[in-house]
Amino acid sequence: MQTNSDNILSAVRIEKGFPGTKALDKVDFHLRRGEVHALLGENGAGKSTLIKCLTGAYRRDGGSILLDGAEVDPRDTFDAQRLGIGTVYQEVNLLPNLTVAENLFLGRQPRRFGMVDTRTMNRKARELLAEYELDLDVTRDLASYSVAIQQVVAIARAVDLSGKVLILDEPTASLDAHEVAMLFRIVRRLKARGLGIIFITHFLEQVYEISDRITVLRNGQLVGTRETSDLNRRDLIAMMIGRELAAEIHSARTETAEGRMRYRFRNYGRRGRINPFDLDVRAGEVVGIAGLLGSGRTETAEVLFGAHRADSGSAEIDGQTVDLSSPRAAIRHKFGFCPEDRKTAGIVGDLSVRENIVLALQARRGWTRPLSRAEQNRLADQYIRALDIRTADREKPIKLLSGGNQQKAILARWLATEPEFLILDEPTRGIDVGAHAEIVRLIESLREKGLSLIVISSEIEELVAYSSRVVVLRDRSHVAELGGDRITAHQIVEAIAAANEREAS
Amino acid sequence: MKQKYLPLTATILIFLLSYALCVAQYPNMLSTRVIGNLLTDNAFLGIAAVGMTFVILSGGIDLSVGAVIAFTGVFLAVVLEQTSIHPLAAFALVLAITTLFGALMGAIIHHLEMPAFIVTLAGMFLARGMAFVLSIDSIPIKHPFYATLKSLYFKLPGGGRITLIGGLMLLVFAVGILVAHRTRFGTNVYALGGGTATAKLMGVPVAGTTIRIYALSGLLAGLSGIVFSLYTSAGYSLAAVGVELDAITAVVIGGTLLTGGSGFVAGTLVGIFIQGLIQTYITFDGTLSSWWTKILIGLLLFAFILLQKGIIRLSRPERQHA
Repeated sequence: MQTNSDNILSAVRIEKGFPGTKALDKVDFHLRRGEVHALLGENGAGKSTLIKCLTGAYRRDGGSILLDGAEVDPRDTFDAQRLGIGTVYQEVNLLPNLTVAENLFLGRQPRRFGMVDTRTMNRKARELLAEYELDLDVTRDLASYSVAIQQVVAIARAVDLSGKVLILDEPTASLDAHEVAMLFRIVRRLKARGLGIIFITHFLEQVYEISDRITVLRNGQLVGTRETSDLNRRDLIAMMIGRELAAEIHSARTETAEGRMRYRFRNYGRRGRINPFDLDVRAGEVVGIAGLLGSGRTETAEVLFGAHRADSGSAEIDGQTVDLSSPRAAIRHKFGFCPEDRKTAGIVGDLSVRENIVLALQARRGWTRPLSRAEQNRLADQYIRALDIRTADREKPIKLLSGGNQQKAILARWLATEPEFLILDEPTRGIDVGAHAEIVRLIESLREKGLSLIVISSEIEELVAYSSRVVVLRDRSHVAELGGDRITAHQIVEAIAAANEREAS
Repeated sequence: MKQKYLPLTATILIFLLSYALCVAQYPNMLSTRVIGNLLTDNAFLGIAAVGMTFVILSGGIDLSVGAVIAFTGVFLAVVLEQTSIHPLAAFALVLAITTLFGALMGAIIHHLEMPAFIVTLAGMFLARGMAFVLSIDSIPIKHPFYATLKSLYFKLPGGGRITLIGGLMLLVFAVGILVAHRTRFGTNVYALGGGTATAKLMGVPVAGTTIRIYALSGLLAGLSGIVFSLYTSAGYSLAAVGVELDAITAVVIGGTLLTGGSGFVAGTLVGIFIQGLIQTYITFDGTLSSWWTKILIGLLLFAFILLQKGIIRLSRPERQHA
């Protein structure tokens, strides 16, 4: 069955590891001629790693790739392109400062007497784009066109160069409904031409609209491949999040939050990022935030912390209206925020553990009142001990620590500022199981100390364990709030799925 | 009008306007003599600026240009004084050296992933140092062939002359324009300026292009050095200090984006003319300090940076929203 001649591309038992993690564990993937195949999974599931192995951007550690029945081994993306595998990314990978025609023909411009024959190139470009129902002035810079048009130009280039397999990596993330429809018309036409198309997205509606089959990855492993028509949304979400709906029992939570209501956000939001929402948080309470990727989880956190200024609504602390328009303002009101992506938004890799820990506190004091070295050492040692950060000494560059310990150091950074309102975005992502449990324990002990916490997580069970309420997000809106007995993995998945179904109907 | 022509148009308008103002005050400035001198006096700067245009279009910078010019001058002076090599052979030799020098800097920038600023800064010290090693004195060049070359010119109606070096600059600009806009190499240069990572993904030979860009800049700096030695009839290791900055100024005033990816070689020529014009005006006036040239150039540079920022901001809104 694996050598089925219907398959234009087969990846068999692909393996790829990175130091400390197994990004892909013997994953099989088969793409038929003339089908749109959706590749789904939460962040870190291994989608991009698989794509990068297929396109040669990564060297796989094991397994084989068959294109048209013949084994291939693309050395780099350029090589893959020549073999027939073209990729279009969410961030259009074309050059905005070149003309449309130059982008289409870069590296293979028609020449006459050694000079680029611009006229022929422009004519060919117009002909090529006509196949995509586009009538553009191909002599204009690419940047003068919308992202959707750029996306189509990128597809036209990829198909023209490759012509067998087209990989679309979240092509619709920044398009509006009308543009998505245009893109899908083109995808259907390419499908009719016999191309195999791999479609990666977070929008489940689009998966059902365009795809023939669905493959789901989770934690670097293949969960399964199904016909789209045979798979309902609830099962799909269960495949992605990986929780059997039935067997979940909520760890009986007796104490409901009794702390006084401290933080009150009304109609709070920012246009284009997160729709206005209401949110109340008590002292000594953990509010969990659940939702699929791209549903507005991180956006909620960023608006609360002032990283993106809210453009509607008001925030109150203890009944006093406050201004949280910048992270500085939020920090002044004793807010803390551990962002999702440690590497880019959290740690400063080359600085030592000590320097990373005192960073936020120093920033709040201002540079005119530097912390003394002794004070810094005391703080660093205190938190290294309290959070059990495993490091040879406090002067070790933080990038040499494991993911879990980096995460704890960032937590320490905010704890050092003695916050009263702490936002944690995916605090347990990418860390090993042991550290995982420690972080969960830490969250609970912080709550017992009376902090108000907002925790964003894809790990539903984890949310169930420590949240006194769970807010469910979809499509950049807060769509449900679960409290008390209703906090079970089952209920949360139901809420996410129900919200999705409402959209579909 | 397409946005990318805006800075170039602004440059041309500023040049025409300031020329008109100059002529209104000193009608004599409207003569082919002035134009001929403008070409001759700025020939070495113009040739170096063509190379600089390619470097800046690709998103880089070349600080070694002035030092390479000085090195070339001293090298020629020493070789012609101490050996019996014909100047043409010496020219070929020095061009080979400077081209190789540029290629080497390009290779270091690409393969060691070093910022062009640092690598060419090192190149600047190296070239200047080599000039000093050859000689610390100003050496006159008295070879008869130099006199022959200097006597070549094309007479314009009205008494102006396009000298050999002035004509050479125009030729270099013409070839530069052709290479930039009508060859794959030229498109690749723009591609690098648009984003090295993307260009690489699209199959642009990044290594080869980078090396060739700096080799081209080295070649043209060498050619500029030859022209400079013809212009001054001497080689001096302290000559041409800061010429690279004048060249960068001409490129930016000419409408090329300092971050790369957008601009025109032709714009650089206008940039050179504007700088030359201000100098000529001050010569005509006779009472102004020559530092006024620097002050005006400085203001102009500021104005252009603001203009470019404005254009970038105008062209962004739709993309920032994504």
